[in-house]
Amino acid sequence: MEQKTPLYDCHLAAKGKIVPFAGFLLPVQYEAGVIAEHMAVREKAGLFDVSHMAEMTLCGKDAMANVQMLVTNQCGNMVDGQVKYTTMCYENGTTVDDLLVYKTDEEHILLVVNAANHEKDVEWIRSHLFGDVEFKDISDDVAQVALQGPKSLDIIRKLADESTLPTKYYTFVPKCTVAGKECLVSRTGYTGEFGYEIYCAPADAAHIWNALLEAGKEFGLLPCGLGCRDTLRFEAGMPLYGHEMDDTITPIEAGLGFCVKMKKPDFIGKKALEERGEVTRKMCTLKVTGRGIAREHQDVYVGDKKVGFTCSGTHCPYLKGAYATAIVDLPYNAVDTKVEVDVRGRRVEAVVVATPIYNRA
Amino acid sequence: MSVPKNLMYTASHEWVEIDGDKMKIGLTEHASEQLGDLVFINLPEVGDQVEAEGSFGDVESVKAVSDIISPATGEVSAVNDAALDSPGDVNGDPYGVWLAEISNVTAKRELLTPEEYEKLLEEEA
Repeated sequence: MEQKTPLYDCHLAAKGKIVPFAGFLLPVQYEAGVIAEHMAVREKAGLFDVSHMAEMTLCGKDAMANVQMLVTNQCGNMVDGQVKYTTMCYENGTTVDDLLVYKTDEEHILLVVNAANHEKDVEWIRSHLFGDVEFKDISDDVAQVALQGPKSLDIIRKLADESTLPTKYYTFVPKCTVAGKECLVSRTGYTGEFGYEIYCAPADAAHIWNALLEAGKEFGLLPCGLGCRDTLRFEAGMPLYGHEMDDTITPIEAGLGFCVKMKKPDFIGKKALEERGEVTRKMCTLKVTGRGIAREHQDVYVGDKKVGFTCSGTHCPYLKGAYATAIVDLPYNAVDTKVEVDVRGRRVEAVVVATPIYNRA
Repeated sequence: MSVPKNLMYTASHEWVEIDGDKMKIGLTEHASEQLGDLVFINLPEVGDQVEAEGSFGDVESVKAVSDIISPATGEVSAVNDAALDSPGDVNGDPYGVWLAEISNVTAKRELLTPEEYEKLLEEEA
């Protein structure tokens, strides 16, 4: 049985088309539709319910030491109020999840992980704790909305003192007031646009959601569903667990080598990644040049040779074309390599292009 | 949900306009709403033989792929290039934008009258 987020009634009121996703009932789109919602975020602003995301805290003298062992990125140099994107590996070097690390201070750290991996991550982290640390799964006590798009600041400053908001990308303020309610606000998002992620108490979520929608009306803000969340993240070159990475793919193969710091003294999976050595396959982005749309888990060919498989694929509303991500054997990941994707039995031509395909101006 | 009286329908949500031994086919408003914004339509070419109940092509929205099921056995005699070029037009006017025409029809699927199709929509709702 799927859970409802605290914003479920707001979604019904806005005529959201509800679907089950990662154990939650969430809108895939509202009345405007996926393309209009996608374009609103690129050109104006969009509001997302991301309360399904899972949050957990590590507190205590050894909180940071635990984070450093759990994740692949270097978190030891983080300053208070910084957010860092990272992956977390199994002993064999494949990927448990990707996540955000929020450092309030050395002894208070918040982790935000994928809803689909919630239980798995809790078990994984709990079973690897050491020293003086208290671990708590606070997901049920936290709701989250994401305000994304170039008009986000214009909208949020109608409801919050601008001087209290985080300004730098990947920073946060643990206690802000938005629409009269206490929130944690970060300058983060999953769309490739300027924006904020706002964490609050479930009881305050509907009030904040409605206040933001009202404040955003004059700027063209639309409520946005999971459909455009996926097309936006895809266009911006942001990976999704279960697609670009999973428990058979290492973060380095997934093109996330920038958050795997092999010079760190140790982390879970480091030894295996060292032993694996240079990768023999790697993530790349394909532009579909033939007729059709490549989707996930379709085979990629060069001539008669199968060289890999697609991870995600969709029509990109802003770029107005079909693109896919794929993990292919080296050297076929090189830009300008011509490949074919088997789209339900039909070979469709595609070419490797640079990642990401969309960059905010 | 509009269901024009001058058309016939299939249980898989295509509409059919019958003119002698020719049939024009398109997607119903219900189909276009269920699929969401259409971004790609794949159709057979003029001269191709198609079979009743067989796959006629497919339509893709941003998130989903759905087969179009042929309402009849016959030969494709025309394809609406305008629909191929801007699939989103189907969402704007599902009964105004036909997809393809089948001629020399030799066999038909069971087609629903507008009243029967309305009843089907009620049952599926």
